[in-house]
Amino acid sequence: MEFFDTIVAILESTIRVSVPLIFAALAGLFTERAGVFDIGLEGKMLGAAFAAGAVAAVTGSVLMGLLAAILISVLLSLVHGYASITQRGSQIVSGVAINFIVAGSTVILGEAWFRQGGRTPALDADARFQTVTFPFADAVKDVPIFGPIYSNLLSGHFILTYVAFLLVPFSWWVLYRTRFGLRLRAVGENPGAVDTAGISVIWLRYRAVICCGILCGFAGAYLSLAMSAGFVKGMTAGKGYIALAALIFAKWRPVNIMMACLLFGFLDALAIRLQGNPLPFIGQVPVQLMQALPYILTVILLAGFIGKAVPPKAGGVPYVKER
Amino acid sequence: MSNPYAKLPAWAEYGLIPLVNLVVAFLVAGLVVLLVGENPLNAAYHMINGAFGRGEYIGFTLYYATTFIFTGLSVAVAFHAGLFNIGSEGQAYIGGIGVALACLWLDKTMPWFVVFPLAIVGSAAFGALWAFLPGWLQAKRGSHVVITTIMFNFIASSLMVYLLTRVLKPLGSMAPQTRTFEAGGQLPKLDWLLSVFGLEVGNAPFNVSFLLALLAAFGVWVLIWRTKLGYEMRTMGFSPSAARYAGMKEARITVIVMMISGGLAGLMALNPIMGEQFRMQLDFVQGAGFVGIAVALMGRSHPAGIIPAAILFGMLYQGGAEIAFEMPSISRDMIVIIQGLVILFAGALENMFRPAIGRGFATFGRRFPVAAERGA
Repeated sequence: MEFFDTIVAILESTIRVSVPLIFAALAGLFTERAGVFDIGLEGKMLGAAFAAGAVAAVTGSVLMGLLAAILISVLLSLVHGYASITQRGSQIVSGVAINFIVAGSTVILGEAWFRQGGRTPALDADARFQTVTFPFADAVKDVPIFGPIYSNLLSGHFILTYVAFLLVPFSWWVLYRTRFGLRLRAVGENPGAVDTAGISVIWLRYRAVICCGILCGFAGAYLSLAMSAGFVKGMTAGKGYIALAALIFAKWRPVNIMMACLLFGFLDALAIRLQGNPLPFIGQVPVQLMQALPYILTVILLAGFIGKAVPPKAGGVPYVKER
Repeated sequence: MSNPYAKLPAWAEYGLIPLVNLVVAFLVAGLVVLLVGENPLNAAYHMINGAFGRGEYIGFTLYYATTFIFTGLSVAVAFHAGLFNIGSEGQAYIGGIGVALACLWLDKTMPWFVVFPLAIVGSAAFGALWAFLPGWLQAKRGSHVVITTIMFNFIASSLMVYLLTRVLKPLGSMAPQTRTFEAGGQLPKLDWLLSVFGLEVGNAPFNVSFLLALLAAFGVWVLIWRTKLGYEMRTMGFSPSAARYAGMKEARITVIVMMISGGLAGLMALNPIMGEQFRMQLDFVQGAGFVGIAVALMGRSHPAGIIPAAILFGMLYQGGAEIAFEMPSISRDMIVIIQGLVILFAGALENMFRPAIGRGFATFGRRFPVAAERGA
């Protein structure tokens, strides 16, 4: 029974750490499927987390915090869009630039405005997301097997957690069952054809980039308004890159993305759990190996040893209209 | 690839446009300083004074510049072949192993000029090794080098934490670092070079690896513009299909270029490890690999541009420390913003001002046809 409880506890923290990855990886899905590569997920997430923490601390409203996160993240996306769509600059370079600008300015502005060493003030209960308890969660807690699963694993998460998991089928529906989704995918594979059909490649890509901004806003808000009570400098800690890895690992498909994020989240949760606890048969696993595992797995996948990750065909190439 | 912009005279292409982009980047950085409630002109004064005000400050500026010349060259070499190596950070980090091994092995018995060549070979070999796999994966399996090098940065960082906390750390010590090297593992300072100009180097760790950096810059120039490999690299970077059609071996070039790039990044480890700290510490690279991206973009991937760009970033690092001291509300993270802005304006938005400048030349060109002709 103790073993079962441990598993439930690990799975519960798996869900908790996967949520920002799911938001960010879905964000990346929208732009990359439209042919705009984005390694600036990390920066957008960090900027959004800072905006959420700062605005929620000043206004005391969680909703204002979320809106600020989305606003900042969309603005950063538009910078990326302007550089890589309108100015036809390198998408990689632009993403790198955004990561640095945000990493520096969140610390400088945070320190100047709040003077707490790059943090935003700790948030009250009203100014952050609350956990949702399902009906009867307390009542069935002691029922064996079903009880812990229902009341610990399914119930008791933040509303954003449920939003993240609902966004997975929603993204699938948008990308595969709507006209917008079809065009978005087409513009990532063959923008020339889309242009010939009389649809604006530029405007379509801008809309994809805005979708990315909105989702990164959610990811950032989750970090500073749900997972912890306020912004801490550098709090994304590479999550944007893990999300990018998950996106590739999932071969740019929504449901696979959820699975990949849960896998990487699970590795993360397991690494924390295993610190100091040797595994049966294998013995002590260095925690650094567990931390590096998502990246190693992604490289192995990219090498084509587990399936093949084929990116959108027109990804990374700015579209030049025929002159 | 077709270039939709009019050709500009060389001095505008390599001087004016980078300068305009740089000025815009600094103006935006000035806005951030204003937002924080400080005077940007004051900040600029403290920065320049902090970077060049005294011999010691100049020593520090050049010490940082040494690091950035290596990483800038590393990124630039890959750029020429059309590859974007974001992994200089990780390659430099792994390169540290080569330096540390050479020093730990011989520092007690041999003088520095015996250890130094070994450390050079070691650092370059380890850096190249770390770049080999991404290069090979790109060449043979088509895995995008940008993504694999990002992943390799994280893997390198985990690996180094493991090595420094478990393998390379002396017994009984808590700090995650190697033991301090004896005289053989310490590079001599270049105090004589500064004293030629009547300057005192003071405590600045300005050391022999600066000369190695200059040598590497020259070597890169020879490689890219004076060798067959360099010609093939540039062809591949300009048009991969042309290179293929001309019978150049793409896979081979990709792997070699990535290894050269990784080796140059690895050399960077000499400067902090043998030149300043005399031991290998956790996270000694401190983002220098990423600064290399900004340096390479600003220097237009030419060694003659990379050296001044590296000195500029050295100035930002050293002067930035001085600003942080004089203006407490502006910490060293300001440099990270400036670095990002330079990457944005000199890299991703490099064409933003080009049409305007091109128009300017078109108007003036009609008035001074000679200048325009020479430019074309």
